Amino acid sequence: MAEISLHQLRKTYGKVTAIKDLSLEIREGEFLVLLGPSGCGKTTTLRAIAGLETLDEGRILIGSRDVTPLPPGQRGIAMVFQSYAVFPHMRVYDNIVFGLRMRKLPDEEQRRRAAEAADLLQIGDLLDRYPAQLSGGQRQRVAVARAIVMRPDVLLMDEPLSNLDALLRLHMRAELKRLHRELRSTTVYVTHDQVEALSLGDRIALMKDGEIVQVDTPGAIYDRPATRFVGSFIGSPPMNFLQGTLRRRNGGLVVETAGAGIPLAAGGAPPAADGGDGSVLLGIRPEHIEALSAPAAGSVAARVVVLEPIGPQNLLTVQVGSELLKVTAPADFQADAGEQVWLRLDPARIRLMDPQSGRALRA
Amino acid sequence: MTLRRLGLYSASLVIAAWVLLPILLITLAAFTPREALYTWPRQIWPDRFTLETILFFARSDGVLRSVWNSVLVAVLTIALSLLISAPTGYTLARYRFRGRDAVQLSILAVKMFPATVLSIPLAVAFIGWGLYDTLLGVAIVHTALSIPFVTAIVASVFVGIPFELEEAAMTLGASRLRAFLRVTLPMALPGLAAAAIYTFVLSWNEVFAATILTLNNRTLPALIINAVASATAPLHYRFAGGFFMVMPALVILFLIRRYLLTLWGVTVR
Repeated sequence: MAEISLHQLRKTYGKVTAIKDLSLEIREGEFLVLLGPSGCGKTTTLRAIAGLETLDEGRILIGSRDVTPLPPGQRGIAMVFQSYAVFPHMRVYDNIVFGLRMRKLPDEEQRRRAAEAADLLQIGDLLDRYPAQLSGGQRQRVAVARAIVMRPDVLLMDEPLSNLDALLRLHMRAELKRLHRELRSTTVYVTHDQVEALSLGDRIALMKDGEIVQVDTPGAIYDRPATRFVGSFIGSPPMNFLQGTLRRRNGGLVVETAGAGIPLAAGGAPPAADGGDGSVLLGIRPEHIEALSAPAAGSVAARVVVLEPIGPQNLLTVQVGSELLKVTAPADFQADAGEQVWLRLDPARIRLMDPQSGRALRA
Repeated sequence: MTLRRLGLYSASLVIAAWVLLPILLITLAAFTPREALYTWPRQIWPDRFTLETILFFARSDGVLRSVWNSVLVAVLTIALSLLISAPTGYTLARYRFRGRDAVQLSILAVKMFPATVLSIPLAVAFIGWGLYDTLLGVAIVHTALSIPFVTAIVASVFVGIPFELEEAAMTLGASRLRAFLRVTLPMALPGLAAAAIYTFVLSWNEVFAATILTLNNRTLPALIINAVASATAPLHYRFAGGFFMVMPALVILFLIRRYLLTLWGVTVR
């Protein structure tokens, strides 16, 4: 177990900048998820920590040891690859103890650790097989076992679940979470799947264009996105955005949007900036909007575009002015396309952002 | 059957007959008794089969030694060409570097250069270096001839092995070299063996350089061609010699045909 510090990492491929000035502190024993759309530099960052990429600039410290010049094998890391990278010409057992053999550990110790890891991942009866005789899920378990027998300070995982089918993925996700709880090794996990990130991570570092946009707990990143991008990347369906104007009224703040004035919760700190004319971008999650069939104070008029039943609730797409909003409504909520509804936005859940920069106006 | 298929099958048949018929005739003749070969009109299918033609050839002066020479040259060629081509192929497969295209093109260009033009200067140079009429000299020329093929084969073998496997080995504590030796090399062995066998066939069958560059240390094809060209060889000697030349190549190609097909971009199940 060890903490990881990334200092001002920079990596370019020709003219393309994969990561630019990326700094991040990962705590001891933490499960940190690097999340972002494809091409955001998350895998490059992970590979840089592993030592598989040479950086243009920056330093990487693992447990306060500067590992920047060290080859992968001397960094105290172990990695699970997206393709699993299980050695096809070796039996499962030989795959698992490969790293221990490289370390020249005694045979006895190799057997003990392999048995332990195989037990933990429930692959004890597969040790004599070749990878070609295994299913995708089993191969993945072998890859994880091969990594954890190393007792690494840092466990790195590169989209380990992306090649599994949906059901197996759900199962392995829970397994990985259990594994981390039992081993408590510092884990860096790369994914583009926000559900994986939210369910696994102690913290999530959301990346875009080679930079970290926000690092926070899953709850905070969901509730208090730092930018418009975070709000629209996290959540399914994502956060809604409306143009609005911020006004001071009766000593309190009111945000006006689509012809309605919504008084903001008093407790919040005043916005740091409001673009001069008071125009703001108002972000709100679908579940924080209540759909009403009659007008109410501070409600916004909207027209129903489509209503989709998604099991426990209904997903409502409505039009406000020229913008489309997603609203989750109770399963018994009924409305036909074209029908008028009124939306009540939970003032405490409204996230105000700068319309130009997309940055949140308060923390 | 559509016309297209009919055309395809008849074309295949013609090509197969063109290749196989001479081999069949040589094989039949190689097992035909000597007297029968000189009778006229000659029967295609002999009345009886015999080993005496083959044995006569094998016992002829210089044959066994030249077979041994051929094997030595082939083994030397395999060693030399793999030594040069394997790292080249690996590099072409793994790295994107400046001049990569130039390397690939130059490999092709070597193939395009007619060896005939080189023969006299080569003989002169080899005499100067003391390589003339040595097996090593022949092996060096065979190596030069086989490098383009072997490099292409080896590169395609390494391309087929994901680099991620080597990376995984490196994260598990292996050095770059160890990762190659423990992971990539064992997986590449069948393909490398195919390349080696292919080189063997190439060297075994090569006539031109072997004839020009040797005098006393003949390889088998050089010996036969010499005997045939000087018109001293009796018919049965020629047929048996032809059979001797064809057989190893045929057997080997049969054994590695699956590899060759995949190397040529065709996948067969």
